[in-house]
Amino acid sequence: MKPFDYVRAEDPAAARKAAATAGATFISGGTNLLDLMKLEVMAPDTLVDISRLPLDGIEDHEGGLRIGATVTNSDLAADMRVRRVYPILSRALLAGASGQLRNKATTGGNLLQRTRCPYFYDTDTPCNKRTPGEGCAALGGETRNHAILGTSDHCIALHPSDMAVAMRALGAQVEVEAADGTTKLHEMDDFYRLPGDTPHIETVLQPGDLITAVRLPAPQGDRQVYRKVRDRASYAFALVSVGAVIRMEQGRIAHAGVAFGGLGTKPWRDPEVDALLTGNAPSRELFDEAADTLLRGAKAQDGTEFKLPLARRVLRATLEEATQ
Amino acid sequence: MKITLTINKHAQTVDVDPRVSLLDALRGELGLTGSKKGCDHGQCGACTVLVNGRRINSCLSLAVMHDGDEVTTVEGLANGELSPLQAAFVEHDGFQCGFCTPGQLCSATGMLGELEDGWPSHASDSLEGGYELTEEELSERMSGNLCRCSCYPGINAAIRQAAEKDGAA
Repeated sequence: MKPFDYVRAEDPAAARKAAATAGATFISGGTNLLDLMKLEVMAPDTLVDISRLPLDGIEDHEGGLRIGATVTNSDLAADMRVRRVYPILSRALLAGASGQLRNKATTGGNLLQRTRCPYFYDTDTPCNKRTPGEGCAALGGETRNHAILGTSDHCIALHPSDMAVAMRALGAQVEVEAADGTTKLHEMDDFYRLPGDTPHIETVLQPGDLITAVRLPAPQGDRQVYRKVRDRASYAFALVSVGAVIRMEQGRIAHAGVAFGGLGTKPWRDPEVDALLTGNAPSRELFDEAADTLLRGAKAQDGTEFKLPLARRVLRATLEEATQ
Repeated sequence: MKITLTINKHAQTVDVDPRVSLLDALRGELGLTGSKKGCDHGQCGACTVLVNGRRINSCLSLAVMHDGDEVTTVEGLANGELSPLQAAFVEHDGFQCGFCTPGQLCSATGMLGELEDGWPSHASDSLEGGYELTEEELSERMSGNLCRCSCYPGINAAIRQAAEKDGAA
């Protein structure tokens, strides 16, 4: 691991100031960042420790919840309000990582975790995300845990989060304190950037921006399902996951918020899929049409071809469960 | 950097480089070699310790971030005599080579606490609580600890026996 300066921030303002310098990054749970630092995939000059800032509360907020950035994945999944009102979020969190990791990993860190593309991790192979302009070894290489939606000629790296998929389905907002102290709210739908020709830039965050919380609105659907398919029964990233927040009225889908993991370069949600489902009675044909819509722009590699039929089946199963 | 950790109920001050993981501080600086370095990437669970009562991978955490924390390692689980969980591992032969055992013991100790607190898991049918340590629940809740000798039947039997004695199952 390369040497770095360690700064423990006393308050959010001091944290933002310390992190506004070039080469600085925040650390809280560190479960992904330290792994990448050991491999020297990431080599920050300064680590600003925010783990002891008072950002670890879950509060009722405007009919919804405000989840502090350093709330651990365990505490969030076990919170009774989340379990009862936002079960999709508990389910998504519990489907990810291991007990030990969930005890350390935080809400803000989970949003910002990096891809697990093996070429991103292997510093002997080219990767545009790690070193801009270097090329992409995944294109034409071994693929499995890679994206088929939102890809570019420069990057097909998958966003690995389960939690963020549930938050997109719920229409969450990311609360950020900027370096100048102002508070900004980003819709989850606008928070992540597509790779394009700058895959190293993953979110709209600016240097010094500190995620302080994630805000959940009052749920728009009481039927919430998170279904995850992976290579082993536990402790593995999604090959395909679907999170659905559905409200039914008189046999028809009155609200649909459907988000996807394992498919996109960012946690995926397609407004056209939601629009297609809304107002219609659930049927096999409707769900197939939703899959057609979802996958209309999909670009699979040899190793990710299987995700096309798998996404269709997991979407169908999720929607059947959520609408029955 | 100088930090003070309360390890197995004793406060100890160590001077560590910021790069040193909690695992390396325990093993290298403090001579507590019970916690094992398996993968060093959070995948195997051999380094599991309890920090402020919660199980974590000590390989994926910086020692400097734990200044003031209470750490329990496998060396601190026995209190004069083996803990019920440790005794159950002996009784049910919950190991072969023993390398993963300290992590299994610390992880299971933390896991039983989580169960007592009513935390759900991926294997739980309901999110409302009242969980019992079925095979599915046990395998799911312990999935962060690998055993290369594949002694899972003995490990699981030991954990279930300890849970029953504990009244947690």
